[in-house]
Amino acid sequence: MGKLEAVGVEQLRDDLPHFHSGDTLAVHIKVREGDKERIQIFQGTVIKIKGSGLNRTFTVRKVSNGIGVEKIFPLHSPNIAKVERLREGKVRRAKLYYLRNLTGKAARIEEKRSNY
Amino acid sequence: MVGLLGRKVGMTRIFSENGENIPVTVIEAGPCYVSQIKTSKIDGYSAVQIGLKEKKEIRTTKPLLGHFKKANIKPMYYLREFRNFEIDKKVKIGDQIGPDLFTSGDLISVSGTSKGKGFQGVMKRHGFGGGPKTHGQSDRMRAPGSVGQSSYPSRVMKGMRMGGHMGSKRITVKNLVVVQVVPEQNLLLVRGSVPGSVNSIVEIKKN
Repeated sequence: MGKLEAVGVEQLRDDLPHFHSGDTLAVHIKVREGDKERIQIFQGTVIKIKGSGLNRTFTVRKVSNGIGVEKIFPLHSPNIAKVERLREGKVRRAKLYYLRNLTGKAARIEEKRSNY
Repeated sequence: MVGLLGRKVGMTRIFSENGENIPVTVIEAGPCYVSQIKTSKIDGYSAVQIGLKEKKEIRTTKPLLGHFKKANIKPMYYLREFRNFEIDKKVKIGDQIGPDLFTSGDLISVSGTSKGKGFQGVMKRHGFGGGPKTHGQSDRMRAPGSVGQSSYPSRVMKGMRMGGHMGSKRITVKNLVVVQVVPEQNLLLVRGSVPGSVNSIVEIKKN
């Protein structure tokens, strides 16, 4: 391991489930308001995973009240309380930017089924 | 003011206890060796000379070799002086020093040679606005505009900002914060960016 990659290895998280682009996730985010801390859930489709080590981030997209919303999360951030993998999607590319141009039924992603 | 020499390893991120994402530059600062101590009595000013990165004797010129022999250390590739070093920390010739001179939270200044940009126009080099894009303009988009007046002075003033070579010069960034010190690996984690490319040599000075 190089010197740069060795920085902050103790901060790498291995408690999160493995997921791919196209999966539907519920990301539980810790939100601080003054002294209080609460959990906010952001649910949507993973459209991008990039980076390596501590720099790894993933982007979750959802359509909220007809407006597309995307959030980029650092994968190893301590502000992520939990990640639930709700649904596995069947997709043919790693970056699902094409979803931004689609709405309604066309923006659905087929569910992946391994055993018929 | 204590100072160190280091090699820029690269940039990454780190998370603070409250979950804040901190962009950091990793600097491998050391092991450095004290090669000479200058005093105001003998040299007219007080400073400490520091060496970084060992090199083979065969690659060292004889006058320099004598200089290193005097300090009883191995020959070094890089030598730099830091003025008034001894105000903060007393050192002896031949001492090994490392990033433990600093603690997290310290304010430091980092100097290095910036990345070379080659010949650049005035928009990139001096932040000029360029000309209008539309309204019948041609070839004016990145032009510098007028560089002087007509009959008086009838010449271009000295120091007029124009296109030219950019980068590859010494740049100092002041008031950077030390985020973490890893003495075992001689690493210094500094918040934000630092001049120069990866593997370039930087000087670190305590504010």
